[in-house]
Amino acid sequence: MLAELVGGDSRIHRLDPRVKIVIVSLFSVLVAVLNRFVVLTSALALGLFIVLLSGIPMKVLVRRLAPLNLFILFLWFFLPFSYEGEPLFSVGPLVATREGVLYAARISIKSNAIMVLLIALVASTSVFALGHALGALRVPAKIVYLLFFTLRYTHVIHQEYLRLMNAMKVRGFRPGTDMHTYKTFAYLVGMLLVRSLDRAERVRKAMLCRGFTGKLQSLSTFSIKGLDVVSLIVMLTLIGTLGLLEWTKMV
Amino acid sequence: MDKNGLIIRLQDISFAYSGGTEVFDRLRLSFHKGDRMGLVGPNGSGKTTLFHIIMGLLKPTAGKIEIFGKPVKEEKDFREVRQRIGLLFQDADDQLFSPTVLEDVAFGPLNQGKSQGEAKAIARKTLKALGFAGFEDRLTYKLSGGEKRLVSLATVLAMEPEVLLLDEPTTGLDEATGRRFVEILKGLGLSYILVSHNIDLLMETTNRIASLVNGRLSLDEESVPHTHLHTHKYGRHSHDHGRI
Repeated sequence: MLAELVGGDSRIHRLDPRVKIVIVSLFSVLVAVLNRFVVLTSALALGLFIVLLSGIPMKVLVRRLAPLNLFILFLWFFLPFSYEGEPLFSVGPLVATREGVLYAARISIKSNAIMVLLIALVASTSVFALGHALGALRVPAKIVYLLFFTLRYTHVIHQEYLRLMNAMKVRGFRPGTDMHTYKTFAYLVGMLLVRSLDRAERVRKAMLCRGFTGKLQSLSTFSIKGLDVVSLIVMLTLIGTLGLLEWTKMV
Repeated sequence: MDKNGLIIRLQDISFAYSGGTEVFDRLRLSFHKGDRMGLVGPNGSGKTTLFHIIMGLLKPTAGKIEIFGKPVKEEKDFREVRQRIGLLFQDADDQLFSPTVLEDVAFGPLNQGKSQGEAKAIARKTLKALGFAGFEDRLTYKLSGGEKRLVSLATVLAMEPEVLLLDEPTTGLDEATGRRFVEILKGLGLSYILVSHNIDLLMETTNRIASLVNGRLSLDEESVPHTHLHTHKYGRHSHDHGRI
């Protein structure tokens, strides 16, 4: 699930993960506060350009964007009708306003622009490189470990879930809509939680036995190359320009 | 150490889990350099608990622990113990927590203060010695059960311990992988305590066998001549069950 996106070898793939994280963070923060449509659409265009540069197959991109836009679709059902302002059209007793529509449009563009760039980041960087890069950027070791453990043990816990599920199935369990089913699922979830807790304790002990002191250990070394410097400068300039366009209203 | 090469000495160790069940009652153990000790005992008799007490992962309710000639009590005392005694966990998934094999094997050496380059070199060397060259970039969770167990052993050996504590290392392994494990173990020349329910394995790999009964260790040293009467297919033909 997590590994499916990483692959290929584009310029974006070869960038230092730290540079990518810095760029994506700055971009996301800026886009989140943008308001003017001309700036927002430029940001979206920039995001799309980068994601295309990273060579992600269109199909994957669309599939990744689908859940977000499904959510946004719901916003379009509600937002236009729940804003006061100049009436645009009406559906029965409900009146859609110009302000409401614009607000919904803004949210759609913003979230897609941010999402597209995030996809480019995650798709072009192995999650492990991402973790180590976060560590190198002085993100607390606890958070980085949280990321690593989630990755490593999601699979183990999923296996455990399948085992329990099979054990239930071989004894004739068939889920339905009754108390027995709910109770069984509650036991399943409870058992998974207890087992995960036990496993966490055992993993901690195994780490202690190998001299763990809480410090983040990494074998990855990062080095800033020419391409990284150029990309960083170009992107910072572009992000800065977006900011200028927003606040000086030049265009 | 180091009177007569005494490595581990447990004196009157008692231990009870917070639920109240008593596991050890004034248990004694002396383990010397060169010892290859087998440990047997029924399920729940505290074999794993004993290992965890030696490694300082659990604190005994009473008794004294001396390791390498020094009394150990606090977490910081045990930190040194963990550099020199390696514990192989029962479940390899507990031991292998890093994304890739190389990172996991290098984890111990990095904690020992080795540089990235040194740690990588040690990890590569250890993997190669166990016949796992080329596994460096494999994802730990995608290894087979046998591979996981042997890579776990590599993660412990990479720290160059003087003593190994092995918790049912061959349980769940197929015949060939179990064999491979035993050959590796015999080739290491280390002192170890090996927990197993397989008496044949213990007879082959250890020079004394202790059993955990009623919260204490007892050495069963007496040789008892015995014969087996047993039946199986093809029993009419001369055979020796693989042992010469």
